[in-house]
Amino acid sequence: MSLDTATVRRIARLARIGIEENETEGLARELNGIFGWIEQLDEVDVSGVAPMIGTGLATPRMREDVVTDGDRRDDVLSNAPDRVDAFFTVPKVVE
Amino acid sequence: MTYRIEGRTGTWEIVVGLEVHAQVISQAKLFSGASATYGGAPNTHVSFIDAGFPGMLPVVNRECVAQAVRTGLGLAAHINVVSRFDRKNYFYADLPQGYQISQFEHPIVGSGVIEIELADGATREIGITRLHLEQDAGKSMHDQDPTRSFIDLNRSGVALMEIVSEPDIRSPEEAGAYVRKLRQILRYLGTCDGNMEEGSMRADVNVSVRQAGEAFRTRCEIKNVNSIRYVMQAIEAEAQRQVEVWESGGTVDQETRLFDPGRGETRSLRSKEDAHDYRYFPDPDLLPLVLDEGWVAGLKASLPELPDAKRARLEADYGVTRYESGVLTAEQAIADFYETVARGLDTRLATNWVLGDFFAALNRTGRSIEDSPVSAASLRALLGLITDSTINGKIAKDVFEEMVDTGDEPMAIVERRGLKQVTDTGAIDAAIARVLADNADKVAEYKSGKDKLFGFFVGQTMKAMAGKGNPALVNEALKKQLAD
Repeated sequence: MSLDTATVRRIARLARIGIEENETEGLARELNGIFGWIEQLDEVDVSGVAPMIGTGLATPRMREDVVTDGDRRDDVLSNAPDRVDAFFTVPKVVE
Repeated sequence: MTYRIEGRTGTWEIVVGLEVHAQVISQAKLFSGASATYGGAPNTHVSFIDAGFPGMLPVVNRECVAQAVRTGLGLAAHINVVSRFDRKNYFYADLPQGYQISQFEHPIVGSGVIEIELADGATREIGITRLHLEQDAGKSMHDQDPTRSFIDLNRSGVALMEIVSEPDIRSPEEAGAYVRKLRQILRYLGTCDGNMEEGSMRADVNVSVRQAGEAFRTRCEIKNVNSIRYVMQAIEAEAQRQVEVWESGGTVDQETRLFDPGRGETRSLRSKEDAHDYRYFPDPDLLPLVLDEGWVAGLKASLPELPDAKRARLEADYGVTRYESGVLTAEQAIADFYETVARGLDTRLATNWVLGDFFAALNRTGRSIEDSPVSAASLRALLGLITDSTINGKIAKDVFEEMVDTGDEPMAIVERRGLKQVTDTGAIDAAIARVLADNADKVAEYKSGKDKLFGFFVGQTMKAMAGKGNPALVNEALKKQLAD
């Protein structure tokens, strides 16, 4: 698999990571290096083996339907860069 | 009735599938312990998980899973005992995690079916493709500030069920009937309140058009339609638009659109550049959801009677018509009310009263069945007074109006106002004798063949008795005296 600079720009945009045009080639090279390393896994024949999502030994813990959290507005807003009263704010997004 | 659009180049039919987002009724959110209750001061029903703080781990709420299973069972659908949560990645200000936890490849509920009924009484089956659990997003407010949008995360992380239909719907009417029926089932099950005004149920509508015998053409998705009327209007407008595009030689692009009820038209919503690239992958924070078969069986055993079954039973047990059973089962509370009134009584009398005077009173007072001015027990008592001849049907209507106004019990009103029916034939005979004596001219006319005057004598006699005469006895006695 080989990543071109257009794909790098697209991934960056989807993730909302700002990159300069002169960075794309270097990033493509780095990412291709990483892919190449991961692609060694393709050498293992896993045909007919279902993808493994967990060990199958553990079942998920479930929580009971009880309110145990919330009512901590100021904590939740503590990292908001531009808080107004009770709200987070962001640059206007209207569709 | 078939719905067709007559174009310039031919006749078009519409193909519609619906994705309904139904907010799960639960105390807490899908993956956090924050309150899932609607409203609340901004950003108070929010935990660090819902706000997307780094390092916070989701733990699934058992009741939300149970609600999804109940809904699946209510839709006669296959329950997948193994399902999985995936991340649906997209960037939006009201989605602090940067992804929605959803179920993509392995939903908790597989295919099912809903039977809908149309205005002409015809029924159709609409297939359910799947139902999956996912998180709701927060709410953006765009009208608070000229340059900024305000974000409230109270809704962020609340459990939603996305219920996807097959593209089986062929008219706006069928779409409306489908959403109504789905909402009715959800309400019976108690898994979603179905309140479209508050946004706890909203629909994405997929529409395409085609000419007879064709395969499906490209569809457009109209997002977030929040009333049944708008669903129907949006389909009409979008189908019309697509026909015009095709007929003018263009092609319909697969895209997301928005319905503008004010203009009665749909318009393109998202820039194509970002269109649907969700990069789904299994959420590494969550193990696959594995349901115990016994637990599912237990949920199945505890399901309430659902609308179709209740309808059939009311028809069988109470002799109501197909139309009446539809009205009586529209809401579970109405059916419960009706059965409390009608059980063991003259069911025709009970049906007529509930559907007639009682519904009229609800309308007039603007009350719902839940806070009805007259309880089922009181109405039942009133009908009992008719059945045992304590009062006649006409007086009963007066008593009922007073029950609506005062909330008093029928017997108390009857006694207070002295409304008991007169069955004493001596008193009836005396009243009739007076009426006939006062109207000797009319008696003569009657005897010379003007039969219609009988009703006049009944009216006068009842009036003389302040409406309290037993109608059957009055009729009988009148006939006898007039024959003399």
